[in-house]
Order: sequence, then structure tokens, then C-alpha cells
Amino acid sequence: MSTPNMSRRGFLMASGSVAASAILAGCGGSSDGSSAAASDTFKIGGIGPVTGAAAIYGSATKFGAQVAVDEVNAAGSIKMELNWQDDEHDAEKSVNAYNTLKDWGMQILVGTTTTTPCIAVTTETNADRIFQLTPSASSVNVIGGEEIGADPGNVRKDNVFQMCFTDPNQGTASAQYISSKQLGKKIAIIYNNADAYSTGIYQKFIDEAAALNLEVVSTQTFTDDQTDFSVQVGDAKSNGADLLFLPIYYTPAALILSEAKKQDYAPKFFGVDGMDGILDLEGFDTALAEGVMLLTPFVATAEDEATQAFDEAYKAAAKSDANPNQFAADAYDCVKAIAQAIETAGLTPDMSAADLCEALIAQFTDASFSYSGLTGESSWSTTGEVTKTPKGMVIENGVYMPLDEA
Amino acid sequence: MGFLTNLINGISLGSVYAIIALGYTMVYGIAKMLNFAHGDVIMVGGYICFIAMNNLGLPPVVAVLLSMVGCTCLGIVVERLAYKPLREAPSLAVLITAIGVSYLLQNTALLVWGADPKAFRSIVDLPSIKLLGGQLTVAPISIVTVLANVAIMVGLTLFTTRTKMGKAMRACSEDKGAAQLMGINVNTTISMVFAIGSGLAAIAGVLLCSTYPTLMPTTGSLPGIKAFTAAVVGGIGSIPGAALGGILLGIIEIFAKAYIGTQLADAIVFGVLIVVLLIRPAGLLGQEIREKV
Repeated sequence: MSTPNMSRRGFLMASGSVAASAILAGCGGSSDGSSAAASDTFKIGGIGPVTGAAAIYGSATKFGAQVAVDEVNAAGSIKMELNWQDDEHDAEKSVNAYNTLKDWGMQILVGTTTTTPCIAVTTETNADRIFQLTPSASSVNVIGGEEIGADPGNVRKDNVFQMCFTDPNQGTASAQYISSKQLGKKIAIIYNNADAYSTGIYQKFIDEAAALNLEVVSTQTFTDDQTDFSVQVGDAKSNGADLLFLPIYYTPAALILSEAKKQDYAPKFFGVDGMDGILDLEGFDTALAEGVMLLTPFVATAEDEATQAFDEAYKAAAKSDANPNQFAADAYDCVKAIAQAIETAGLTPDMSAADLCEALIAQFTDASFSYSGLTGESSWSTTGEVTKTPKGMVIENGVYMPLDEA
Repeated sequence: MGFLTNLINGISLGSVYAIIALGYTMVYGIAKMLNFAHGDVIMVGGYICFIAMNNLGLPPVVAVLLSMVGCTCLGIVVERLAYKPLREAPSLAVLITAIGVSYLLQNTALLVWGADPKAFRSIVDLPSIKLLGGQLTVAPISIVTVLANVAIMVGLTLFTTRTKMGKAMRACSEDKGAAQLMGINVNTTISMVFAIGSGLAAIAGVLLCSTYPTLMPTTGSLPGIKAFTAAVVGGIGSIPGAALGGILLGIIEIFAKAYIGTQLADAIVFGVLIVVLLIRPAGLLGQEIREKV
């Protein structure tokens, strides 16, 4: 970690208002975990990009979490307070945001929204023993564990759990979905090889595609800040791909869709959860996204009562007419799942963050614990991965429609 | 066919670099300073055009004109406030000031327009043109970009050789002191150069965002640096040099991506700069208008 973080820690220690922390204890002097105890409210921290290139995800998770906290408080059996910090999808800013939240007395962390910052923050929460449930950071390196494909040396961080699918599961599920629905014969892939999320999905997709005998005719990469996709799209086109798999975020995806139109190339486009949000991009011509498919566990247009109620509450919280995306639903489910675990285990707000952490780990990994929410029936294994069923979506007339019915 | 497509894309990208490089080269040639804020003026031009088209609903032509007027004013204000007081200062001070202005513009844009990327709608919203029985498709915006590049280059060459103001600029470029003795208002001339350079930046911004339809406060940075590279490769201070350098760099970048690898493309672009500077320190076309001592 860099010097600014160290000096920040020094500042936190001096202010003496922080819950138990191995690092602080190591520095000596600070009294452990006393500040948050005075309250009858669980202090829930949230981190995600509310500004910056990935702002749509962070805002969605922020408002989704807020809706859930409001509901929990309205129900009355436990009280929660949410403090959301912006990290601009930047690892260093994310750790700073985490330190701000610790300063505030956070007991449980919902976040972070995006993968790269999340990997940095999980290292901190694991050392500090703060329970962390991320709505959408999907890399296996977030939860750690070499046996499930994390980088060598990245051991399982037992306090971290995911609400979304891991990247390998998204990649595998995408390949299986494409194969079983016979969506494409010749597949092209464009992925960001400077991004852990994108590469993670790509690797598992390509493995599964080989196992299912899907023909991949073009594989192209790009890096952050790149805006010219003429070569990548041109390669997919000249190789005659009829399906373009895009395991990337929506900002480059929008550029790729526009480039494909420019080259008069119209394959099927298949995205993953990072594609979600493309319809809310300011100035984006939604006609470009017509027919784009993606795998997601949640659709705002679904007609069940819970989804409709969430849709309404979300729009009121976000002061917007835009439908909540799956990130909002994931964050909502994070807070509700934590609330359910707290109630089931009978935890109280006066417990220290470290005690809550151990109790929640025990609860989440308990075989009998499962949570039923907006994104389906979720349960967790000791690896931190979630188990649930993905749904295929397609964009029609500017809204997501279930693919199976369309 | 892939080769031809890549060539067209390369020329299109290169033309954008060339227009940006013209701005760098004009300012350097006459004011002898590297205006590192040029890339950020491009970004401002893009935002003005975006707002004019999306929020005010103006037609593209009006939006582009508005953007040019906005950027020209911005260029004049920046020059007056940041660069003019440093006219006699060492060039290093001016260079650092330019970098400061660059950051100021970027962060102001961050405050005003936010960091969320905007999807820029192309000013030329026409379907692509199919050639050779549909094997080759050319985007209309590419054609517009290339034409704009040629028009600007020819216009600037005529301006600097035929008009009184243009001649004054060349005189300032050769010897400021002597130009002043001949009755040329050096300060006004330099302000004029900034006005023209910033107006060009607006066009470059609109064309850049139309070709690659994304807009955020950092949009101008990387193209700005690459265009500066193009200006140096072509020979900074030379107008045809900027055009040649820009197009060359665009083609190299696209070909490097297509035939060597997308990760290496930027490294190769800047590698070319090093090679050119080793072989011809003044740039490809730089020698002709180098100062004679």
C-alpha cells in the first residue's frame, strides 16, 4: 500500500474513533471497537463508484441498498444506517473510502461494486475482520481461493461473500446458454485484457466453448481508454462471426455497437452483467442496442410483486424514471440477506465488527441458510460463491425482456 | 479486403490526429511554446457540441459553429490570462503553465459535466457506404474527416502565405524582435494564433467524438498526446508536416493493432517517434522551416 494510506491510518489512529483493527493494534495505543457500540443501529458501510466511468453501477447499488435499508427499518425488528462512499472505480480511492467508513464506525460492508477496487478492499476487511458482502464484484480474486481459480497466493478471504455470479460462472453459463439455445455458429469475442473482470469471464468462456464444440473464429482484445474498435470489429466481421460475445462493461460496448453499425455488421451481440446500464448512458442511441442479449439474474420488467414494489421504491429513491438494473437488485439483496442473517442468528448492534463478522460467516456458510430475493434463491458455500440460476435477457424497444419468452 | 478496410480506418484516424496536430504546430511555429492544453480544448469543443445537439436540440452545423466560437473564446481567454503574462519568461515556465491549464480544464469539465461518459451522436448520421459489392464499407464520418483535414490544411497554407495576418505570423515565427520593429503587433498576432488553433481544436473535437462516440473529461488527453507526437514526427512548426505525421501515425496505429497486437499499438506509435527523432531530429518535414541562425 502506498504512503497516503499509511498516513491516513496514522490520522485514524490519532482520532481514536475506529473499530478493532489488526493494523491499528499493531501501531499500538488505540482502544478497541468502542465507538460504534453506543448505538442501537447496525452501521452498514457501502462503497461503489457514484461518479466516473462506472458510475451507473455505483449509483444503482447505492440506491438499491438504500431502498433495502429503508424497508428493514420500516419493518422495525432491527435498525440499520447506510453510509455510502464513492470510489470512482479506483482501487486506491476505494481503500480511502473504506478507511473513511471505518472512521465512521462501520460494522458490516456492502461493497464494493466493481471488481478491481474490491480486490484491494477485501484484503483490508480480511485483515480488519469486517464482514463484507459484495453485490457485483464478480472476480474469484475478490473472495480468493486458488482451488476456485484465484491467482496463486490469493487464499480464501473467509469474511467475503458475493451476491453476483463469479466471473468463471458467468463465462461458463454464457457459453452453455449460447450452445443450448443455438444462438451462434461462429463466435467472435472482444474483451478488455487490462481488466480482471473481463479476462476472468473470457478465460472460462473459452474453456467451456471448447468443451461444447462452439467455434470461436475471432478473439480480439483492447485496453482501458481505447476508443477505436475498427480493427476488432473488422476482424470479427471478416471472419464471418454471427455472434459477438462481449464480456465487458457498457462504455466500450457502446463504442463497439456503434462501430459495428458503421461497418454495417449486424451479428447477435451477447453480453454479461457489465452490459447492464447501456440503456442509461447519456446520449446513447438505444436503437443500437436493439437485440443485444445478456445474462442477468434480474429484470425490472418482471411482473412479480416484489420486483414491482422494488421498481417503484427505487425510482423514488433515485429520483429517476430509469428502471433499476441488476446491480440495484443485487445491492438490495445484499442488505436484505444480511438483515435476514442478523435476525436468524439473533445478533445485536452493540457487538463489535469482528464479533459480527465471525457470527455472519457462520450464518452464511450454514447449509440451512438461504435467502430468497429479487435475484432469485441464493445460497452460499464456504468458498464465498453464490448459487443461483441466471436468466437470459434481450433488449427490445429499449427495455429488457426475458429471452426465453421473447 | 481487410487491408483496405484497415487503411481507410487508419487514414480516418490519422486525419483526426492531423487536425489536432495542426493546432499544436501552429502555436509552436509562431509562439514557440508547446500548448499542452490543446487536447483539453478539444474535449471542451466536444462537450459544447454535445450540449448544443442533445440538450438544446440544435442542428449539427449550428452546433459545430457554436463549438468553434466557444473554443476560440476559450483559447483567447486562456492565452490572455495564462500565457501572455509569461511572454518574456523562460520557455520551461510556459510549458509548466500549459500543463497546469490542461489540468484546470480537465477538472473544471469534471465539475461541470461530471465524470460519466456521454455517448456522442455523430454529426453525420447517415448509413455507411458500401463499395465493391458490400465487401468494403466506409463510414460517412471518415470521408467528412478526411475532407475537413484537407480543407483545413489548404486553408491554413493559403492563410499563412497570402494574407497580411498570415505573413505577420510567419514574420513573428522567424524573429519576434525584427517583426516588432517592422510595425507588427506581436501580441495580437500570437493571440490570433491561439484563436485559430482553438477553433481548429473544436473541429477536431467534434470529428473525434463523431468517429469514436464517447465523451468524458479525459477524452482529449490521449489523442492530444498522440497528435503532439504526430506534429513532432512530421516536424513541429510545419503545416504539411503535421498533416503527414498525423496520417502516418493513424495508419501505423491501426496496422499495428491489426497485424501485431492491440496491446502493443500505443507502444509502437511512440516507438516510431523515437526512431524518427533519432534519424531526423527535426522531424520528417521539419528542416525547411527551421530557424536560420
